[in-house]
Amino acid sequence: MTPAPSGGLIVDAGVRRGSFTLTVTLAAAPGQVLGVLGPNGAGKSTLLSAVAGLIPISAGRITLAGQVMDDADAGTFIEASGRPVGFVFQNYRLFPHLTVAENVAFSPRARRMGRRAATSAASHWLDRLGLTDLAGRKPGQLSGGQAQRVALARALAGQPGLLLLDEPLSALDAGTRLDVQTELKKHLADFTGPSMLVTHDPLEALVLADKLVVLEAGRIVQQGAPEQIARQPATDYVAKLVGLNLYTGNADGSLVALTEGGSFVTASHGLHGDVLVAVRPSAIVVSNQHPRPSSARNTWPAKITGLTLLADRVRLDLEGQPPALVDVTPAAVAELSLGPGSQVWLMVKATELEVYTRADSQPA
Amino acid sequence: MVTRTAPSRLTARERARRTARSGTPRSVPAPLLAPALIAVAFLVLPLAGLLIRAPWGHLAAALSGSDATQALTLSLWTATVATGVSLVIGVPLAWVLARTSFPGQRLLRALVTLPLVLPPVVGGVALLLAFSRVGLVGRYLDDWFGLTIPFTPLAVIMAETFVAMPFLIITVEGALRSADQGFEEAAATLGAKRMTVFRRVTVPMIAPSLGAGAVLCWARALGEFGATITFAGSFPGQTETMPIAVYYALETDPNAAIALSLVLLLVSILVLVSLRDRWLRGGSVQ
Repeated sequence: MTPAPSGGLIVDAGVRRGSFTLTVTLAAAPGQVLGVLGPNGAGKSTLLSAVAGLIPISAGRITLAGQVMDDADAGTFIEASGRPVGFVFQNYRLFPHLTVAENVAFSPRARRMGRRAATSAASHWLDRLGLTDLAGRKPGQLSGGQAQRVALARALAGQPGLLLLDEPLSALDAGTRLDVQTELKKHLADFTGPSMLVTHDPLEALVLADKLVVLEAGRIVQQGAPEQIARQPATDYVAKLVGLNLYTGNADGSLVALTEGGSFVTASHGLHGDVLVAVRPSAIVVSNQHPRPSSARNTWPAKITGLTLLADRVRLDLEGQPPALVDVTPAAVAELSLGPGSQVWLMVKATELEVYTRADSQPA
Repeated sequence: MVTRTAPSRLTARERARRTARSGTPRSVPAPLLAPALIAVAFLVLPLAGLLIRAPWGHLAAALSGSDATQALTLSLWTATVATGVSLVIGVPLAWVLARTSFPGQRLLRALVTLPLVLPPVVGGVALLLAFSRVGLVGRYLDDWFGLTIPFTPLAVIMAETFVAMPFLIITVEGALRSADQGFEEAAATLGAKRMTVFRRVTVPMIAPSLGAGAVLCWARALGEFGATITFAGSFPGQTETMPIAVYYALETDPNAAIALSLVLLLVSILVLVSLRDRWLRGGSVQ
């Protein structure tokens, strides 16, 4: 059996399911891992199902390596069983009545390989994923991490030209997740075709994906390199995921008038018009009295409305113009006797403000 | 507030039991207890009578009568063939009912399950009208192939299948509906065509229900009386199955009737044992 031709995935499609509509335009190159990030109900799984052929699209087309998989206008549709796709499902969906080896051999056999050839293809993948010792076990006897590896081996054993992963780590406990993530990254790097990885965990997306698409309510709100999305989020959802304060405003040179009230002096970007401003919560300084003139160009009063302990720091929720999330040390909370209702002053240096236009964060 | 109930006595053992099973008292209220005991007596006494009146000393003699052996053999093989036929045509129908939707599907499901509630004699009459030499279909079978169905072992099998197959169909359809279709999707993404998915994933996953449905179907076929005697008659060695033999033996040789009944009782107990995991666990019947 020759490997399926590897080539890019191009999706320019709409899917209607009841009142929900998914509209996406995206591409993944061979060898690239495209992360699809979004909240529950954003349409991530619908997107994967459409690419896999489990549901047909209602508009547009999907092509893989130049071959049309689904074309709503022309009526072309390749059934899921006919697509060169490997799918790792969220809860793995390993066949409970088959052993690990039989699960991995399932695809080669279903794709009309002889029994012996299928067995040897399976043992190759079992060996590659370090599963040889578990070959005779039933899925019910596997740990979460082992089941995840079996699911990956089963998907890869069919020699797919495209790999789809739906929340591949969400069923694991925190302890094993990191190990499995490291291992998964290695296997994704070895895979020559494009991969698409759906997740709601920003860290997973940042670690595993080469390129990110952020999906909200059926639409792509941002796409680009992970580091760029982490630095310049385009929406409140993305800002929350990457832990940044995000403001919309109108720039006039170095002065940005914020929509929520107040203004920022920025390290001049010569920008004019609508902009976004992102600030790390730890870049904002809190004081309980009006600060003396300093190098920090932005100073404004605010009131604490909430405090949350996050491992080694305390996150303050502040009302003001503009409102902000600020991280301080527990010691600072005690020393400044901060509590709900406390009036404080906030300071941030102009150079800590990331100013950009929405278009910047969405390169074509 | 002052409690009005007099304190009751709780032994240490009862306290421990109630703690473990979160509080329900063991004692049954009298208005429930008496009818419950009557129900038990009503269900158990006749069976006990059968065991007590059984001619244990002459059991072998009573059973070795040629009629009895013939009836038992006939019953066993016809019930088995009827179950086989039900599996071959009933399972696909269960799949169609569970996995597709088409106009008139509800009506079809009602028709398919009708034999469950239909008096078997009516089923026998219906079969006779369809397959007798002057019947709807039987006429052509007779004209074209010289095939006469009524009053043959084939008629026994058809009567049993007619009455018993719905048990298999509804059991399997229920299993198919409650089965996680995610596994079938996974099989499709792994390149399995629809028949391969059915053969390698769907059927193995509903195997326990398939087994239970087949046992249920077989037991029903074995006990079939009304439709069989109407459509197939009662020719010893040809169409006289165990239940029919029991019925006639009761007039001529009560001891033989009791012995034959004991055999059927034993078979029923075996069926119940084979289904124990599904039915005797208490709680819901699946």
